[in-house]
Amino acid sequence: MIQNYFQKSNQSFKEKFFALDFMLIFLILLLGIISLFAMYSSERGNFSYHTQSHLYRFSVFFLLFIVISFFKIQFWYKSAYLFYFSVLVLLFAVDWFGIIASGSKRWISLFFINLQPSELMKVSLIVFLARYYNKIPSQNVHNIKYIIIPFLSFMIPVFLVVSQPDLGTAVLIAITGLIIIWLTGFRIKYFLYSFFVLICLVPVGISFLKPYQKSRILTFLNPERDPLGAGYQIIQSKIAVGSGGVFGKGFLQGSQSYLDYLPEKHTDFIFTLFSEEFGFVGAVLILIIYALIIYRIALVGRNSRNNFARLFCYGFAAAFFVYVTVNMAMVLGLLPIVGAPLPIMSYGGSSMLSVMIGLGIVMSCKLHQDEEVH
Amino acid sequence: MRSFSETFQNKSKLISRRMFILTSIKIGVFVSIISRLFYLQISENIKYRSLSDKNRFREWKMVPERGIIEDYYGNKIADNIQTFQLHMVPEDVPNMEELFFRLARIINFTETRKRIIIKRLKKRKRWEPIVISDNLTWEEFSKVNLFLHEIQGIKPVVALSRKYSEDGSTSHLVGYVSETSIKDLENNEYLEEVNVPGLKIGKNGLEKLLNPKIIGKPGIQRFEVNAYGKRIKELALVKGIEGQNFRTTIDKEIQKFSLELMKEKSGSVCVMDIYTGDIISLVSSPTFDPNKFVHGISQKDWDILIKDKKKPLINKPMAGLYPPGSTIKPIVALSALENDVINPKKIIECKGSIEFYGQTYHCWKEKGHGFMSLRSAIKQSCDVYFYEVARRLGVDRLSVTAKDFGLGKKVLNSFYEEKAGVVPDTKWKLKNIGKGWVLGETLISGIGQGYFQSTPLQLCLMMAQLANGGYEIKSRIIDDKHALQPVINAWREEFTNRNRGINIDSPNLKKLYRNPENIKFVLDALYGATNEPMGTSYRSRLTKEYLYAGKTGTSQIRRITAEEREQKLKQKDLPYERRDHALFIAFAPYKNPRYSISVVVEHGGAGSSGAAPIAKKVIKKLLQRHELRKKFQLDLFQEA
Repeated sequence: MIQNYFQKSNQSFKEKFFALDFMLIFLILLLGIISLFAMYSSERGNFSYHTQSHLYRFSVFFLLFIVISFFKIQFWYKSAYLFYFSVLVLLFAVDWFGIIASGSKRWISLFFINLQPSELMKVSLIVFLARYYNKIPSQNVHNIKYIIIPFLSFMIPVFLVVSQPDLGTAVLIAITGLIIIWLTGFRIKYFLYSFFVLICLVPVGISFLKPYQKSRILTFLNPERDPLGAGYQIIQSKIAVGSGGVFGKGFLQGSQSYLDYLPEKHTDFIFTLFSEEFGFVGAVLILIIYALIIYRIALVGRNSRNNFARLFCYGFAAAFFVYVTVNMAMVLGLLPIVGAPLPIMSYGGSSMLSVMIGLGIVMSCKLHQDEEVH
Repeated sequence: MRSFSETFQNKSKLISRRMFILTSIKIGVFVSIISRLFYLQISENIKYRSLSDKNRFREWKMVPERGIIEDYYGNKIADNIQTFQLHMVPEDVPNMEELFFRLARIINFTETRKRIIIKRLKKRKRWEPIVISDNLTWEEFSKVNLFLHEIQGIKPVVALSRKYSEDGSTSHLVGYVSETSIKDLENNEYLEEVNVPGLKIGKNGLEKLLNPKIIGKPGIQRFEVNAYGKRIKELALVKGIEGQNFRTTIDKEIQKFSLELMKEKSGSVCVMDIYTGDIISLVSSPTFDPNKFVHGISQKDWDILIKDKKKPLINKPMAGLYPPGSTIKPIVALSALENDVINPKKIIECKGSIEFYGQTYHCWKEKGHGFMSLRSAIKQSCDVYFYEVARRLGVDRLSVTAKDFGLGKKVLNSFYEEKAGVVPDTKWKLKNIGKGWVLGETLISGIGQGYFQSTPLQLCLMMAQLANGGYEIKSRIIDDKHALQPVINAWREEFTNRNRGINIDSPNLKKLYRNPENIKFVLDALYGATNEPMGTSYRSRLTKEYLYAGKTGTSQIRRITAEEREQKLKQKDLPYERRDHALFIAFAPYKNPRYSISVVVEHGGAGSSGAAPIAKKVIKKLLQRHELRKKFQLDLFQEA
């Protein structure tokens, strides 16, 4: 069947190859290489476990991204529900026989890889919603019939992920879902109403939060509340970034990370490490790369003729933007520490896999931008 | 119904419009992140850089080398010596129990010590070295080095520690150092500044008063540390400043000699230069070994010191208070002469006792001295004569003279253990006892009993200020040529004037008398007391170049009851604690005097037999060493 989707194309392989968005590929490669250097620095200039592992993952998933690009868009359209439901099943499976690490059950063992289905949910949800809304006219969006399924489609995973517990990923999934629903034309006032309801529900919600989650939020509001406990990460991260200055302390010279003051420096705080070593200039460069990636993704969406591709690309661009900014805002002390990785830069297989699949689909949209889906 | 393509078109437009809104939001968010980066990395850079450095660098202070204290001739009385210590780095020890077991077989490592170390270990970081033993013998130390491969985690260290003279002759004067306590830090801002773990500070004596200068400044080792506090690498080393060395005015030889004479006795010997105020000897007996305090005294040794009736820990020359007894008579006589209340030729008959206001006052000589003049009363120490002198003088005028000559106030203000003593007068009694002065008290004050309390050092200073012709001197124990120079110049001027026969008051010396003849009279009477038959210290006289003059004193520590007086109890028959204190003050040589001395033997019986013989020996030794001292001193004085 896959063969079909590959070959039943109007374009030759050569044509397709040259249609690839090389700018996007270049940006991703560039980011990948930078992330390897950052990873290398997080291990004090040793080419050891994390760096090696990150290199393998990046290489494999980058290839996957290229391969996926050549899939026909029709394939993604057809298998959108299947993709979503498989991930949802995995998410349920985590609840049953997941691996517990550092107090939460997020991973599932698939023999060769420990997968984090919540990360895959980020991309499969976009695919699902893009497919779902493809043929619904915008004036029907407010029809109660068409509201229930989209909301359930992200509320169920969010509920599952929160109970793992993994507040960060859950928030990202929810925001992704909401953005797409909004993009399809859901009126802003309904969002405002529900936002108002949400605010009213906050006190109720707080009682459901785990003590560590409450402490994280309180800590965000006042990091000096407990400088050696919960506030430690925010304070140390701000010190690391701030001490970097304009040009940074230099590669492998970041004392905050080198001397272990910086927590989680290879995952959530990789941007902190980079900003400490390369300063304002380096941090802004990273930001520009991300902005360009998002721009390229959105561009693909704009040039797509079918709504599925357009909705997916816009959705993915928005989601990608949210991942990047939530992570950065978090390490810069603008948001509470919720555990959100920085796409491509952070160490973590599932996160990278999810992003690469998403990028692959975007590229597939680009290669097949003139095709219709049905 | 709209066509599908129209719907699609609309939808497409809607999505694009919303995408545009979204893009604007994105740009806004990116800008805010960039501004945040700008704020953190550029505006607040200095703040965060210093915070990062504060994280990164940690400083370790190093104990500076404590200054050395020498005597006048450069003999070290408080020195630093190498000690052998064992340090342990807990994280390098594979098995703590096994290590302790092995250590116990190599060095003296008791169960108590082990328990203390285990307790300390719990509070420490695993890579911080802990001192296992800070004073190993050379044998133990070499044994440890031999078995080093068996006791992993142990580090033999050669460090410096305080060493005091073995003979204990300067124990009280120098004091000792010990570990800094929290109380020390609370009471002393300076200490807080220089405090370093392992720093030992002076707890009393010179060691305490010199603390601010003798400790030095700690050196600083700056390390880069990781988040767990482990040292990663050394970044800088700021060398500390060694503590200042001090030379004292003490003659260790005399000090040792005096202590030897005071063996088995409880009391003190003070010797002073009567012109410069240099304290040459300041012995307190019995003594103790200050070295025991340096590494923490054991409970057993402490108990022995505390329970000793002779109170070895008290610095008796400064902190011992005694009624001056007859040693105050020269001052009483001087005061009476200065105030013109008595003619030295006035004759009074001593019959052994005298009645005043219906009360009998006894002379120490039961049979009485017979007919006495002022000179012979001083010479033979007649109490009856001095009752009369005191009666005429009154206690208030006496107290003025006594205070002028150094009683009732601290001699060396810097020693915290020094006591001021008491010179009573009517106001003092009203204020401190709350009762009016009784005339009878004036009489016993005239023989240095009653409320009078003085330290041996005060008596020595009093003697010095009489012997130098009645001039005020400032006592000193730390040698400092700069401070001394004006004093030398003043005396030089005074001597030149005297030689030329000019009678001008030197502006730099404070006169304590009105008429120099009165001083001369008193000194001459003291000559009689030592060098003429019937004089109280005649038996302890020295001849020729050692000729000296002095005054005995016997201070009662309680009232003698009429019963006892009848039984004619002898001092040696009394229990030790009830015997009188023996006192003696003197100056030597008689011609061209240079030194004053005071000897106090607690419960030593009469001054003539208990204290004067000791003073005699010390004076001889002192004068024998005079030439040597002169060589070390700037040769200041043309002998008059």
